[in-house]
Amino acid sequence: MDKFTGKGVYGAIAIGKISVFNRQEASVRRIHIKDTEAEIKRLEKAKARSSEQLQQIYNKALKEVGETNAQIFEIHMMMIEDEDYNESIINIIETQMVNAEYAVAVTSDNFASMFASMDDTYMQVRAADVKDISNRIINNFAAVSNENNSIDEKVVICADDLAPSETVSLDKNKVLAFVTANGSVNSHTAILARNMNIPAVIGVGDKFLEKIKDGQTVIVDGFSGEVFLDPDEDTLNAMNKKQSEDSEKKKLLMELKGKENVTLDGTKIEIYANIGGVDNIGAVLFNDAGGIGLFRSEFLYLENSDYPTEEQQFTAYKKVLESMAGKKVIIRTMDIGADKQVDYFNLGKEENPALGFRAIRICLSRPEIFKTQMRALYRASVYGNLGIMFPMITSVSEVEKIKAICEEVKHELRSDNIEYSSSIEIGIMIETPAAAIISDKLAPMVDFFSVGTNDLIQYTLACDRQNPNLENICDTHHEAVLRLIAISAENAHRHGAWIGICGELAADTSLTETFLRMGIDELSVSPGFVLKVRNEVRNIDLS
Amino acid sequence: MVSQTVEVVNTQGIHMRPAGVLVEEMKKFSDCTVMLKTADKSAKATAVMQIMAAGIKCGTKVEITADGVNEQAALDKAVELFKSGFGE
Repeated sequence: MDKFTGKGVYGAIAIGKISVFNRQEASVRRIHIKDTEAEIKRLEKAKARSSEQLQQIYNKALKEVGETNAQIFEIHMMMIEDEDYNESIINIIETQMVNAEYAVAVTSDNFASMFASMDDTYMQVRAADVKDISNRIINNFAAVSNENNSIDEKVVICADDLAPSETVSLDKNKVLAFVTANGSVNSHTAILARNMNIPAVIGVGDKFLEKIKDGQTVIVDGFSGEVFLDPDEDTLNAMNKKQSEDSEKKKLLMELKGKENVTLDGTKIEIYANIGGVDNIGAVLFNDAGGIGLFRSEFLYLENSDYPTEEQQFTAYKKVLESMAGKKVIIRTMDIGADKQVDYFNLGKEENPALGFRAIRICLSRPEIFKTQMRALYRASVYGNLGIMFPMITSVSEVEKIKAICEEVKHELRSDNIEYSSSIEIGIMIETPAAAIISDKLAPMVDFFSVGTNDLIQYTLACDRQNPNLENICDTHHEAVLRLIAISAENAHRHGAWIGICGELAADTSLTETFLRMGIDELSVSPGFVLKVRNEVRNIDLS
Repeated sequence: MVSQTVEVVNTQGIHMRPAGVLVEEMKKFSDCTVMLKTADKSAKATAVMQIMAAGIKCGTKVEITADGVNEQAALDKAVELFKSGFGE
């Protein structure tokens, strides 16, 4: 048995026989020609045939992976007609008096290396798109087709890398999984695999290609990114079990879509999802979450090389609010600092970053950064049902300062004649013991609390959650932590606020009953856990 | 010739999809040359590879110029696309 590890792009397990993907590449030779006009005519024919094929692939993709993901093939058609690309090909044919295949291959290399040298990883990956369309044209001179890989039984496709068009062209009913030696998770191929719900592991390394042959048994674990070649009996049994458990679980959970989050005795709770960017909205909707309980706005800062502008932030917030179509969306203001460092903030090194200059502490000492974010949030509020929450609160005076800034922002917007919603809910994170202990004073100031259990545990038990030596001490079910949550819940309700939990503990189903008994109103979990928690809630009887 | 400067709002910048949308719309103005200029690069608004190669990122200021038949309409359309984040 050989084991390889890459990146899993779709969580599922496949066990089956290998089919090595044969790309029929016509080898390109440089041939001297006399009639350049005839050569350009050949080029036009090959291009026309390529566009026709791309149109067919586009139609297939439209049905299987949806319009957004199919659009790439429309752009491939555009690239084939691109002026610069065509000028370069024709120029090579005319000045060097060479065959069109060779001119396309040289142009392909030039354009691909231009993209590969860009300082943007997204654009570097586009080199593969240029090569994909160029190979298609080249194959069409000889009328070699890659589209008809005839496969009789369901197989695991293994290749060095797969182009997006090759991925979509595979017959979905005959592909168990695919494994590639190279490629990145950002590639369109990975995105397509996810959308086609095919287990896939990419980037297992070139050694894999040397070992494989058609018909070999292989196990692909899309969860862990592991690939087992010629598995031994123990591995095979273990993975068979994991596979049937997984499909059983998926089937069970899918039946829970559209059902209420209600206990056997009729107590209801909201189950929302935590996300870290607009890309995850699809997963929120797919898993039937009732709203977004934690939208981490840090990605806007982490992905940028300078402070994100108001306009940039507004666009992202508007998109998430519109996509959720009136369901609650709670956006947390930036939680930079500690383990999330951004160079342009120039924060300097700290002895104790978890206890240092982070989150709301930065916002209140640099109000210009904070106000940009608040203006963007208020402006976006008219597009949906917005809640705003503030991290790392420890005192009443912090909340007073925040509310004063909210008023300033609202005042400015009114004088600029810009609309904002009058029903925005304002909340704070309970993630320090201080906030939980004075929650009786904080609750009257806000609409809701959201308990951030990861930090609350680390600060209450004085233990670094990253430190492996502290695993025994860092008891996530510690009574002190649960008592702080219970105190906060009691104080919230006494003052008419609601309380949710958005840390990892919210997805811990061994505590769901405890939380329900405390009167927690909302649990916010990773999208993949929404249905699991719903299942737990529906089996609890509080009476 | 008419021109206007806009700021890119798409978080991923002018990547493949926005470039495709822009090219499709600008090709409708066949007798008008529309150009995109940033501080250090320029690209023809009908050339998908040039636009992608310009690697225009979020927050970048882009000067759009239109020259030819229906230049104001072409410019207005381009500005609208940039401002709306190309429908993303």
